[in-house]
Amino acid sequence: MSKYHLDYLGQLESEAIHIMREVAGQFERPALLFSGGKDSITLVHLALKAFRPGKFPFPLVHIDTGHNFPEALNFRDDLVKKIGEKLIVRKVEDTIKEKNLTEQQGKFASRNALQTYTLLDIIEEFKFDALIGGARRDEEKARAKERIFSVRDEFGQWNPKLQRPELWNTYNGKIHKGENVRAFPISNWTELDVWNYIRSEKIELPSIYFSHEREVLEHEGQLVAVSEYIKLAESDIILKRKVRYRTVGDMTCTAAVESNATGIDEIINEIIATKTSERGETRIDDKVSEAAMEDRKKSGYF
Amino acid sequence: MDILRFITAGSVDDGKSTLIGRLLYDSKSILIDQLLAIEKQSKNKEEGEIDLALLTDGLRAEREQGITIDVAYKYFSTPKRKFIIADAPGHIQYTRNMVTGASNSEMAIILVDARNGVVEQTRRHSIITSLLNIPHVVVAINKMDLVDYSEDVYNNIVIDFEEVAKSLALKDVKYIPISALNGDNIVERSENFSWYEGESLLHHLENIELESDINLTDARFSVQYVIRPQVTELHDYRGYAGKIISGIYRKGDKIIVQPSGLESSIKAIEIGGKEINEAFAPQSVVLHLEDDIDVSRGDMIVHRDHPPAIEQEFDVLLCWMGNKPLVAGNKYFLQINSKVVRSVVKEIDYKLNVNTLQKEYAPKKAELNDIIKATIKTASPVAFDSYKKLRENGGAILIDETSCVTVGACMIQ
Repeated sequence: MSKYHLDYLGQLESEAIHIMREVAGQFERPALLFSGGKDSITLVHLALKAFRPGKFPFPLVHIDTGHNFPEALNFRDDLVKKIGEKLIVRKVEDTIKEKNLTEQQGKFASRNALQTYTLLDIIEEFKFDALIGGARRDEEKARAKERIFSVRDEFGQWNPKLQRPELWNTYNGKIHKGENVRAFPISNWTELDVWNYIRSEKIELPSIYFSHEREVLEHEGQLVAVSEYIKLAESDIILKRKVRYRTVGDMTCTAAVESNATGIDEIINEIIATKTSERGETRIDDKVSEAAMEDRKKSGYF
Repeated sequence: MDILRFITAGSVDDGKSTLIGRLLYDSKSILIDQLLAIEKQSKNKEEGEIDLALLTDGLRAEREQGITIDVAYKYFSTPKRKFIIADAPGHIQYTRNMVTGASNSEMAIILVDARNGVVEQTRRHSIITSLLNIPHVVVAINKMDLVDYSEDVYNNIVIDFEEVAKSLALKDVKYIPISALNGDNIVERSENFSWYEGESLLHHLENIELESDINLTDARFSVQYVIRPQVTELHDYRGYAGKIISGIYRKGDKIIVQPSGLESSIKAIEIGGKEINEAFAPQSVVLHLEDDIDVSRGDMIVHRDHPPAIEQEFDVLLCWMGNKPLVAGNKYFLQINSKVVRSVVKEIDYKLNVNTLQKEYAPKKAELNDIIKATIKTASPVAFDSYKKLRENGGAILIDETSCVTVGACMIQ
């Protein structure tokens, strides 16, 4: 190969940086949605590459469900301090109180669906016209149809039948007042690509991505962390297991996988060998119906 | 390891979804929970085997109606390459969707049903492949199991397609007989084709040479964003952030900014805040210039030799994607890379029949899925290359000024 050849991670990185800079160039008030998970940590790393030595042309925004892993929150605060960028946090708890929302009931009552209300409020509060997110097309079949610049109406809704054609590497960010664009720089990355990139760039991650001992419950074959957000029944058997997380969402709806992998190389080997998809293995919320993700996206979810 | 982006052209009847499902399945990109979901759906059908086609249907409406609405992207990889498939639907709005999917593809797999041979649809797919200047083509002759793996059937289809390929000047055409349903010649060469000496489809996808597709001669850099840290220690820092569309940039290169025509040279090149001596397509970098000249988003920084064209009026082949018809005199935003200008479609020369290549001269309007030749005038000069020479700087989109929707794809002539 000639020396003028960019390897595949370099190509993916360049594409992601290009998309971020298009957001910065086309919008007046963009923001980067930061969840504390590996995909949004990767986005922050890409933003550093895209905009340093300048400041990010957008704040980081975290929708705090109140059900986060404490390790993820600590990591978030340390990262923000280290890079010296602005972080805006809004709590789902406050939205529930203000808007008199009804919380889900049951053992694993999740605030996943309620996040959308907080997200739409924060878009309105700061008049954000573009939100950068870490969603990937390989995650789920509704996401496979998502554009890189995805236009949402003023209710945050996605209309899959009326998507703009997206050609070459030209991104049309023109919108009407009140609409916003969700921009996905790592659309074309797979879970394995993200891990390979994290390894090659030596990106730090919260400790829960690596094997650790934790108290868990077994629920329909999945391991859910014991926490104050889960209603334990007397019959529940609490197990101690060596686990790690493949995705980091809420403690109530993210399942752990049993693993002894303490380093990135071991994790990558496990992912290559795994027989279950990322969301299938670790997300309790996608199993509700065949089209669960599609429905949530249509109503304003990422 | 590198990336190959390809589009699959064909309808459900040609076994397109089955082929994609087969590639994903045999490359182990489909995991147990996804398979279980398909199995659940397959039970509603009267087939014993898993319906691989179900893997590619994403949205509820599609599953209910058994159709595909829009371009979906699928991913798989082997130790040699990462693959990105643009899966465009076969029936509805085919031209618009195939043009969209093809715009980023380096290869088109054109599916031919061995029982039907080269039909009108094959010609249509080939014409779009040619218009979008896709550098590599595979003609996958599918359903060979239904013609007893016959060499004669294969040979006749090759002879017929050779004619199509010649008339359209298609480049690098490869023929592979397959059965997507049975997995023949997909990953491994199948023993059912004792007469076939070539490689399997996946082997070809893994080994086709892509490096020479990148133009390293004509240096093009489109400015996306100007980095100006507002801090005292970096008071004079002014970096032009963008992606190298083509070519190589080196420290000291003499450059010209277009369309202004201002000249300077490259003082420094940075990636992620680190200085490097040279950078090449498709890297995203920051360029610094020796002189303090006016450069802003949408401008191009190019070498003084091999410059692009700078015009305010040019001819395009245009695929119309709007629901409202295009009439000569209509105004749109034209976007090419990061440059957006107002433009008017001055006149429509002809409409191209994508099945026959016949030209209908001076049509009154263009409608959704029409491909036309037109003349566009822009409000200010635009730096571009002909699409045939440099895809990355010869493709532009038209945006409706009032609806903000992307309504046209232009291949500049």
